[in-house]
Amino acid sequence: MFGWSELIPALPELLVLAMACVVLVVGLYSTNKSGGGFIVFLSVLTMLFAIIITAKDHVATVEFSRQLLFNGTFIRDGFGDMLKIVVYILMIAVFFYAKQSLRTNQNVRGEYFALLLFATLGCMVMISGYNFISLYLGLELVALSSYALVAYSRTDIKGNEAAMKYFILGAMASGLFLYGVSLLYGATGTLQIDEMASAIARQDNDMLMVLGLIFVLVGIAFKLGAVPFHMWLPDVYQGAPIATTTFLSSAPKIAAFALAVRILSEGMENIFDYWQPMVASLAILSIIIGNIFALQQENLKRMFAYSTISHIGFMLLGFVGGADGVAASMFYMIVYLIMAVGGFGLIMLLSTKGIEAENISDFKGLNQRNGWYAFLMLLILFSMAGIPPLVGFFAKLYVLQAIIAQGYIWLAVTAVIFAVIGAFYYLRVVKVMYFDESETDQAIDVSFDVKAILSVNALAQLGLLVILPVLFQYCIYVTQSL
Amino acid sequence: MFEQSLLSLLIWLPIIGGLLVLALGQQRAGMVKLLTFALAMATFLLSLPLWIQFDGSSASMQFVENLVWIGALDIHYHIGVNGISMPLVILTTLITVLIILSAWRVIDKHVHQYMAAMLILEGLLIGVFVAHDALLFYLFFEAMLIPMFIIIGVWGGPNRVYATIKFFLYTFLGSVLMLIGLIYLYMKGGTWNLTELAALPLSLQEQTWLFFAFLAAFAVKIPMFPVHTWLPDAHVEAPTGGSVILAAIMLKVGGYGFIRLSLPILPDASLEYAWLLITLSLIAIIYIGLVAIVQKDMKKLIAYSSISHMGFVTLGIFLVFLLMKVDGNSEMALTGAVVQMISHGFISAAMFLCVGVLYDRLHTRMIRDYGGVLSTMPWFGGFFVFFAMANSGLPGTSGFVGEFMVILASFKANFWIAFSAALTLILGASYSLWMVKRVVFGPITNEAVESLQDVSSREFFILAVLAILVLVLGVWPEPLVDVMRVSVQQVIEHVSVSKVI
Repeated sequence: MFGWSELIPALPELLVLAMACVVLVVGLYSTNKSGGGFIVFLSVLTMLFAIIITAKDHVATVEFSRQLLFNGTFIRDGFGDMLKIVVYILMIAVFFYAKQSLRTNQNVRGEYFALLLFATLGCMVMISGYNFISLYLGLELVALSSYALVAYSRTDIKGNEAAMKYFILGAMASGLFLYGVSLLYGATGTLQIDEMASAIARQDNDMLMVLGLIFVLVGIAFKLGAVPFHMWLPDVYQGAPIATTTFLSSAPKIAAFALAVRILSEGMENIFDYWQPMVASLAILSIIIGNIFALQQENLKRMFAYSTISHIGFMLLGFVGGADGVAASMFYMIVYLIMAVGGFGLIMLLSTKGIEAENISDFKGLNQRNGWYAFLMLLILFSMAGIPPLVGFFAKLYVLQAIIAQGYIWLAVTAVIFAVIGAFYYLRVVKVMYFDESETDQAIDVSFDVKAILSVNALAQLGLLVILPVLFQYCIYVTQSL
Repeated sequence: MFEQSLLSLLIWLPIIGGLLVLALGQQRAGMVKLLTFALAMATFLLSLPLWIQFDGSSASMQFVENLVWIGALDIHYHIGVNGISMPLVILTTLITVLIILSAWRVIDKHVHQYMAAMLILEGLLIGVFVAHDALLFYLFFEAMLIPMFIIIGVWGGPNRVYATIKFFLYTFLGSVLMLIGLIYLYMKGGTWNLTELAALPLSLQEQTWLFFAFLAAFAVKIPMFPVHTWLPDAHVEAPTGGSVILAAIMLKVGGYGFIRLSLPILPDASLEYAWLLITLSLIAIIYIGLVAIVQKDMKKLIAYSSISHMGFVTLGIFLVFLLMKVDGNSEMALTGAVVQMISHGFISAAMFLCVGVLYDRLHTRMIRDYGGVLSTMPWFGGFFVFFAMANSGLPGTSGFVGEFMVILASFKANFWIAFSAALTLILGASYSLWMVKRVVFGPITNEAVESLQDVSSREFFILAVLAILVLVLGVWPEPLVDVMRVSVQQVIEHVSVSKVI
């Protein structure tokens, strides 16, 4: 059955795998002084090539046809292509920000980028997995690389603590996920997503199946960081080196979203009625808890962690909205991650040697020190708060529209009221940046390329408005073919 | 070509210009000011053809532009003006020019950001007044929070952080509820077009929910009792320019929202709850008027007087429903409300600018720190007294016209409504004139006042322009009334027909 031609659609994965190995070797020979630059160059180049290959494949395929490969364990479709391209783009930003970190933090070396590339590969496998085994393999590849990335600063006690927590809770979540998968296998006799969907359609109201669904959902909720499975997220975001936090809030979230879509919207479409209330409760709890806890944080990384939880909740709301909602969720996820990566990038920017600018007070008077960066942060914060005309508002609008179409008006009202509460902590950061006096007049030292990437990243909050109709149309388009 | 994109030009010239000003940076303050003034002036001049070429005999939208923006959600870039929004657009462009002038020497910190924020705010306000697509309206309605938040927060007084966050969260909470209502309407009618939404049949229960969702947004913005408490804080802490744009234009957005959205889309619920809105308006007129009397801070006093005056706007708007039942002159009530909006735009702007003139010199807004200003600043004293008179509704000034129309119309509806509303003439005179008496007249109370310099030619020019407008509108309001007549009639015709299914 296996032919070499089967490898062609998987070319991006193969490329990233090969380059991860190359970077690992090159990293060994790079020193702190000379290195960095070349490794970042290689990593970014990998992503650029991956973009070209994926996009070329995508355009060449007629009508977004689906290709099942490797005995059906791997799928190439429009949905996956689009998410992968988003992953590549986010990773390019992450690489540049990590390079900034490299200048201020002595510890980051070549293998850091190799780990990032392996994790990217894991994300890609999760996006394209079409069998529970391949999905699980992707999941673990991301998880194991992430544990190492979190623990990267060996001397940092907080980082070690975070890695430990992450590892234990993550291993438990993986266990629960696997247990759920085994129950589903028992109920349906298959691990293949499409076969499972048809098996589910044949039998209804099987308790074993529902039990399996619950465990799998717990696993997904953990990876996304939805309440009540969010405990690891603030600690890990705070404890990890800022470059790692940036990474954690980018590609793995897209991958977890893809996992949710593949399993829930594709595999379990027929028991929508079972998982819809569960996802709705996860979503609304995340919005409430995320926003309320974010209010009292003094640490910016921790605040962003709780804000991530609330945004994940908003994204999950989209799933409640049925088929239209998935497109809305997808759009929300993409838009949110662009904001999040930009936000963490700006935190990284203000970090000086060895000290991370992670407290809100470190942003005091940023407008005086550098009006441009303050303006970029302002755009990102208001976009996160969902204030029009920034693109974050449209993400919220699409999700709200999807759930109101389903008749969940109270869900929508609760969500927006907590969005208002959430607006307070974003405003607080704006207040610190613009209204307070600066305590230091230390210049912000950034290389030109990082500055450019950061500007593009933040201005995307406005710039995406131009391609907004196309982007959203495309989200609808690719989710229709699921 | 020019006419077809005139409104877009009015929206985007200040916004894009504002971004340019921002890019000029802090070092080139002189250039920033000149460029800002040129942009504001150009916008003002460009808005004049709206008045000249406006066809007052047609109630339909004019200068219409309609483009599909986001096809997947049917959102259009659909803008146009009618007789009610056109004067508000011109008010916005005019007041912005005066604000830029008033900030010339006063703002010394981050000038480029202040000017940029003002210009962007101007563009967004014009956008609100001309939007004909519900989502576009919401977009502009909400987006103006960002520049206003910054204006109060950066250039405001000592307690500015509290004031600006309160302002932001109050208005944000109100408007998100409106957003839910708008999305519901879209799901129901499949369109964001305001005219089509106005024709959409809705059950009374639906209308009631939507009415309160919209009320949450507009009542906060106007503001109405009991959700007015953000306004005194915001006004007191805001820089002069911020107070002016807030009082003169932003408050009008709430009243305009009622006329543009609540009335046409939800006529039955508006009829059902007219009594509630009228009661709240009367409370605002009387109670807030009394509160204004005892204020020690001039800006706070004017802020409360604004709330009281805006009570007339909501009173006029919702009197329409009571008058319809008794066959009264509802056209007069609604026209009075709109005239009051425009007139209050001039008068409140002038009052805040006057306080600004004093504040720039002595850096205090407390009434007790002044006294006998007239002897050191005769020109200024004259202006201040004149505007205070206008504020209390002296016949011959614009303050009189709108209030008088609303009171006159209300007699037919209910004597007690008219009686309570007419109390404002006494209350308004009390708080305005008593303040003027303590600040302007009497012997010079302290050395600081003795050293005051009279208004500069720049300040004189700003106040003179406003004084002339207040007088002209007071003596000869006919052109303004003519322009909006057909549009007002159309609104009344529309709301008199029930659209319950």
